[in-house]
Amino acid sequence: MSAAAEDVVTEAPAVEAVPKRAMTLGLGTSLVVLAALVLAPLFVKNFIIFQMTMLLIYGLAVLALNILTGGSGQFSLGQSAFYAVGAYTSAILMEHFGMNYALTLPIAGIICFGFGFVFGQPALRLSGVYLALATFALAVAMPQLLKLNFFEHWTGGVQGLVVTKPDAPFGLSMSQDMWLYYFTLVIAIGIYIASVNLLKSRSGRAFMAIRDNEIAASAMGVDVALYKTLAFGVSAGITGVAGGLGAIAVQFVAPDSYTITLAISLFLGMVVGGVGWLPGSIVGSAFIIFVPNMAEHISKGLSGAVFGVLLFLVIFLVPHGARQVAIVAQQMLGKLTKR
Amino acid sequence: MSTIKKLAVLSAAFGVLAASSSSVFAQKKYDPGASDTEIKIGNIMPYSGPASAYGVIGKTEEAYFKKINAEGGINGRKINFISYDDGYSPPKTVEQARKLVESDEALIVFNPLGTPPNTAIQKYLNSKKVPQLFVATGATKWNDPKNFPWTMGWQPNYQSETVIYAKYILKNFPNAKIGILYQNDDYGKDYLKGFKDGLGAKAASMIVAEESYEVSQPTIDSHIVKLKASGADVFMNITTPKFAAQAIKKNAEVGWKPTHFLNNVSASIGAVMKPAGFEASQGIISSAYLKDTSDPQWKDDAGMKAFDEFLTKYFPEGNRIDGNVIYGYTAAQGLVHVLKACGDNLTRENVMKQAANIKGLELGGLLPGIKVNTSPTDFAPISQVQLQKFKGEAWELFGEVLSGDVGG
Repeated sequence: MSAAAEDVVTEAPAVEAVPKRAMTLGLGTSLVVLAALVLAPLFVKNFIIFQMTMLLIYGLAVLALNILTGGSGQFSLGQSAFYAVGAYTSAILMEHFGMNYALTLPIAGIICFGFGFVFGQPALRLSGVYLALATFALAVAMPQLLKLNFFEHWTGGVQGLVVTKPDAPFGLSMSQDMWLYYFTLVIAIGIYIASVNLLKSRSGRAFMAIRDNEIAASAMGVDVALYKTLAFGVSAGITGVAGGLGAIAVQFVAPDSYTITLAISLFLGMVVGGVGWLPGSIVGSAFIIFVPNMAEHISKGLSGAVFGVLLFLVIFLVPHGARQVAIVAQQMLGKLTKR
Repeated sequence: MSTIKKLAVLSAAFGVLAASSSSVFAQKKYDPGASDTEIKIGNIMPYSGPASAYGVIGKTEEAYFKKINAEGGINGRKINFISYDDGYSPPKTVEQARKLVESDEALIVFNPLGTPPNTAIQKYLNSKKVPQLFVATGATKWNDPKNFPWTMGWQPNYQSETVIYAKYILKNFPNAKIGILYQNDDYGKDYLKGFKDGLGAKAASMIVAEESYEVSQPTIDSHIVKLKASGADVFMNITTPKFAAQAIKKNAEVGWKPTHFLNNVSASIGAVMKPAGFEASQGIISSAYLKDTSDPQWKDDAGMKAFDEFLTKYFPEGNRIDGNVIYGYTAAQGLVHVLKACGDNLTRENVMKQAANIKGLELGGLLPGIKVNTSPTDFAPISQVQLQKFKGEAWELFGEVLSGDVGG
């Protein structure tokens, strides 16, 4: 009985080992995607630009979870809590202290990094489903913490805080939405490149060694405790920046925005995008933003059920998510070019 | 060119200008979303998620507009009702509101539900000058025409309701010891504030116990036990239907018999009193502005007959005793009144102008004597309620129609 339980605890999490070269896109593909992201807003309505901004923001949050789960093999259902802390940090600094929106983001990132690092300490003792549950608790508690009377002066309590949307600087004749999109895009690219480099670095190798086999990693001299908490910190930090950007784009923060549903959506985005495949984050993000809209279009009363069916189909047909699709596409392309 | 010629040209130019502008005035005027054949009405509802029970409101409204269209529409124009799901999540509400305004180009956003979702889109809609008309929330802040001229409330707000209870308590139970139970969210806190404001300086001495609960809690039994132990003899019950029924039941079980004030949100016979037991519900005081559809006293009422006819013909799947159905029905009637008043001038500005000039409008779902009234400085359409006491198996209205307007 106890042996069986121990087995579950010590067993490596059910994350498939991803070789680090397979974690990114080739240079050519990256440039094509980048060009599409830069040029697209010039041809579409402001509303679509707003949706694309949200796509990038959720993409960042999914990327952060991907580093944690795909990189270091730790589960988290508590990302909504870090997202909320980032969002509230930005909103409070902007509205109560009149700080520039761009400056609030690094602060949100640093605070969330600290928050994640501290939370990573108890997480050291837990793994697999147990860790998922512990982080789940964090996500459930967060909306209520934000409502506490004690913080109400700063957080606006249940009423939330309204945030002012920034105008384009330097007198650029660009709509607020477009400016915010490019601003988000630059940050997203920066974080993406940094994340790719992180996973290719010594620290990244340590993360993956822990993911693949914790005991072997410690035998190789990897400081397991440090790197596990570090992964939590980095993931929380990036999520915090995404949260801050989200607050600016949506112009409003309230406890109801950051419930457990958000954490599960992010987790879902990661699985759909392909665990451990960083470019998949944006595909996963697209899934969690657009598929519910499609489901609603099919049936209003049963939108949840339709969404469930679509999700089931994706997981059943392509269990490795967008990564699998990308690999198949690459192989087909390879065959075509050989011919 | 001589001066006379110049003048002649000038006057001719003015003449042409005047003629063209007068012909413009004579024409029908439209903003995006309105045309000779249709009026696009946007709406956002939580069809999924924790507040999905309210989604019925959107479905009722859709059915009601179907009825209006079948009967020829409004001044010959059909209503195209576009309703989206936001799952009660404010970021999603913003996305859907932008979709309605920028992609679907709806004329107005009508009756979006919930305080946090509406707060999230208020600034956006006001900056776009799109009416956020008759919002489905009882928060007090929607009556603020000075700062938000494009946002208008609908139902009596929470604060004014508890102000009325507080005044009643001060008058009839000046030495009351009050115990309060409230839901720990925007709705509960708004009610609580109104109640304390209504008691004024005596609030601190009269309130002996304050208990709050979270929506996610399965039961509130322990709070009732604590309130009983505090020795309170007046119970202000600020809870949503499920918890209200629990509280009434638990009160009877532990033998606590205070004068029980129940907020209007839960004053439903079908959803609260019946499940809690009629015996335990005797003597509860509440207030109302809509007719309770499960109350037999409205059986032969003309407004209720029209409502029943609508249900059988256009919304047979609707649950008659669900208070949300008659709520949506009444709100949709309010909108139809405004759109009819707009005539052929279907601009967003005129919609707000007409909405702000409703005088003494009576609707079939409202209690007799309660009228919809607005003015350019009063953006709280329904602000009257009547007190009622539970007797036998029905509510018995007593006293006059009361008004408790609180500005935002």
